[in-house]
Amino acid sequence: MTDVNQPPLLSIEHINKRFPGVRALNDVSLTFHSGEVHALLGENGAGKSTLIKVLTGIYAKDSGDITLEGRKVHIKNSQDAQNSGIRTVYQEINLIPTMTVAENLTLLDQPRRFGMIRWRSAHSQAREMLARVGLDIDPNSLLVSHSIAVQQMVAIARALGSKARLLILDEPTASLDSDEIARLFGLMRQLKAQGMAIIFVTHFLDQVYAISDTISVLRNGSHVGTFKTRALSQTELVGHMLGKDLDMLQHEQRDITETEEKPVVLSLSQVGKTGMLKPVDLNLRQGEIVGLAGLLGSGRTELCELAYGAARSDQGSKTWLGQSLPINTPKQAIEQGMAYCPEDRKHRGIIAELSVRENLILALQSSRGWWSRIPMAEQQAVVSEFIERLSIKTSDMEKPIGELSGGNQQKVILARWLVTNPKLLILDEPTRGIDVGAHHDILNIIRELCEEGMSLLVASSEVEEIVAFAHRVVVLRDRGKVSEIVGNQISQKSIIQAIAQ
Amino acid sequence: MRLKRSMRWEARTLAPIISLFLLIVGTALVVPGFLRLSIVDGHIYGSLIDILHRSTPTALIALGMAVVIGTKGIDLSVGAIIAICGAVTAVLTASTELHPLIVLGCAVLAGMVCGLWNGTLVAVFGIQPIVATLILMVAGRGIAQMITGGQIVTFHSDFINAIGNGFFMGLPARVVLAAVIIAITVLVLRKTALGMFLEAVGGNSEASRLVGIDSKLLILMVYVFSGFCAALAGVIIAADIRGADANNAGLWLELDAILAVVIAGASLSGGRIYLGLTIVGALIIQTLTTAILTSGLPAQYNLIVKASIILLVLLLQSRVTQNFIKTRVQAFRRSSDAQ
Ligand SMILES: Nc1ncnc2c1ncn2[C@@H]1O[C@H](COP(=O)(O)OP(=O)(O)OP(=O)(O)O)[C@@H](O)[C@H]1O
Ligand SMILES: [Mg+2]
Repeated sequence: MTDVNQPPLLSIEHINKRFPGVRALNDVSLTFHSGEVHALLGENGAGKSTLIKVLTGIYAKDSGDITLEGRKVHIKNSQDAQNSGIRTVYQEINLIPTMTVAENLTLLDQPRRFGMIRWRSAHSQAREMLARVGLDIDPNSLLVSHSIAVQQMVAIARALGSKARLLILDEPTASLDSDEIARLFGLMRQLKAQGMAIIFVTHFLDQVYAISDTISVLRNGSHVGTFKTRALSQTELVGHMLGKDLDMLQHEQRDITETEEKPVVLSLSQVGKTGMLKPVDLNLRQGEIVGLAGLLGSGRTELCELAYGAARSDQGSKTWLGQSLPINTPKQAIEQGMAYCPEDRKHRGIIAELSVRENLILALQSSRGWWSRIPMAEQQAVVSEFIERLSIKTSDMEKPIGELSGGNQQKVILARWLVTNPKLLILDEPTRGIDVGAHHDILNIIRELCEEGMSLLVASSEVEEIVAFAHRVVVLRDRGKVSEIVGNQISQKSIIQAIAQ
Repeated sequence: MRLKRSMRWEARTLAPIISLFLLIVGTALVVPGFLRLSIVDGHIYGSLIDILHRSTPTALIALGMAVVIGTKGIDLSVGAIIAICGAVTAVLTASTELHPLIVLGCAVLAGMVCGLWNGTLVAVFGIQPIVATLILMVAGRGIAQMITGGQIVTFHSDFINAIGNGFFMGLPARVVLAAVIIAITVLVLRKTALGMFLEAVGGNSEASRLVGIDSKLLILMVYVFSGFCAALAGVIIAADIRGADANNAGLWLELDAILAVVIAGASLSGGRIYLGLTIVGALIIQTLTTAILTSGLPAQYNLIVKASIILLVLLLQSRVTQNFIKTRVQAFRRSSDAQ
């Protein structure tokens, strides 16, 4: 394992980085060793992604030194980072959606002969890279045609594609299922054994303990401390991250009141779409939380899309509060009081140029219509309330949302729907990239809303999350519903069994 | 924090305003009497008024262009629409007995139909805006020629001529007309949520669709609006010369309009609409043209000088320059703090 006497592979000293109104990194010094998985942890907006982007030359640091193998380096752009043997999977997938999987994988070092790309060997290279991460997809398919989880795996495959000394993974598991995570961890252990240094950012503490050797914690841009994973308890870790203690066990317990008697809000009968989802029956009662579980590509996202009308179903019918209604477009869904928070935050959630305020108010404004603009004072009141409630970290509400940290963007998008006070909220991977503290707050807010009568349909790759609050779990496989688990039968074990059968 | 924010906001928005100011001051130094205004028969005259007068067509189509570009589109056909609407105005006035208001209505309608065509191609058929509007850019002048029968059609109508060269409460009537249209547009976009919806559609149309914004309808409307603005510009240009020239009316004006939008700081990838600054941009372009003409610079240098100064404004606006200035200012502050 790590030899403390061995000089570090990479050390950073006194790094500072400011953005207008924020001190994203404040005199941070860290060392990374070969053959070590180093977890970089901290709340949303703590500065993890910024540190990584400084390391890979995407952001220019204001001051500080970076030393690689004893030599001072000046990494000015991703090309420099590549040449120094640094490979990165960024938090927001930075592949090119309109290119094929193979093109994305081989973009950087295409096999050439006489300056011409050799497509045949590019393809076999791409296939090899995909096989390595256990992905069985057509390399000629367009990247956009795949779910976020698959795109994430492609990004990982690309980072692992060529020899590197340092691998940086910024929340790579945010939308992965347990199978892919296990495979990724296997690969990470293998690379570690070969002497690679790995920096791993995540909000899943169990994963931190499963894979990391060392933990460094950032808080508000400052380095709080570096610890041996074995010597740090989870409670201590959370304490360091949040700067206060949090009762971690609270949301793990099932605390659920049954809702059989309540009226049905949305009922799907044999709703499906060719090539997307096999016909599904589903009833959602008032105040009920229904979880959607299943493997990657099992049809979770597709079911959410069809229920909301984001995609138009070509089979079956929908009933809303006992009436048969055509809910085929988002507009119609919103008019009835539905809300949908999609999985792909970057492409389908945020509007990067618009401010936090505008992003947060957008759904409410759209439900009121363009002619009745919400008065500025009211907008500001609503927005500051939610910035407070979800502890959204932003220097001010007029900041473009694209400049917020990933987790904070996710909170704004959630808030966008919570302010509309929906009758039915559909969430696809709602807590993607959200830190432990906020995770807890968000689950509480959602529970509260459901007690007030809101229904919730939630797709999640985190089985624990579903177990923690679902009244009913719908299990999907191969783009169809396979079973439903109700009430006391719901447990991590029963869900995993149903998925695997 | 509040102060800081407004400063950040100003740094970017001030650039075009300062550029216009410097341009006017600079010209005034070179051209004596540039700032002089005089009142003759109750009407204001002077170089500055002349600039306002001449910039109305550009300002109007830049207004439409700003909104189109805000939704991630572009409208290359406005110059051609100007020719079509000018032709409609001229032919109807010269060869029919229709009331001038009806003629005006027909011209505006023609412009809006052109916009509807563009909008349909973009919003309904999903053709890329640059390609979709290129079609009318090419075909439009042909249509205008068909309307005029290939001739330069001249006409006379006191009412329409007044739009081109008349006065309203001491100011040129066309300036008043353009100001009213601009004011109404600003009010509608900023006092309703329409401006935000358009920017949302331009920033991310899929995310906008999911929050229930009807992006297709909005995009359609935006091109119709651009056609409407171009129609007014077409009428003004035709009224100015009392005739319609299908080949030359509004030629290359779409490029000036795009420039005005870019000078205002908007990105061609959409998401932000700056109406006021776009008008400032249009004024910069016109001031430059007038300044060059009145400064007695040999005519062959006009275009080069104009392009150079616009390049300068754009370079000042660019992110690289702004970052450079920012880091310099920060370094300066730090060193003065340290002392
Ligand atoms: N391009 C930018 N412009 C302005 N501010 C930025 C920019 N990028 C990041 N910030 C700010 O810097 C701070 C740190 O952000 P960073 O993305 O590093 O957080 P993070 O630790 O990765 O959080 P998360 O867990 O949510 O991903 C945040 O307050 C964020 O708003
Ligand atoms: Mg991050």
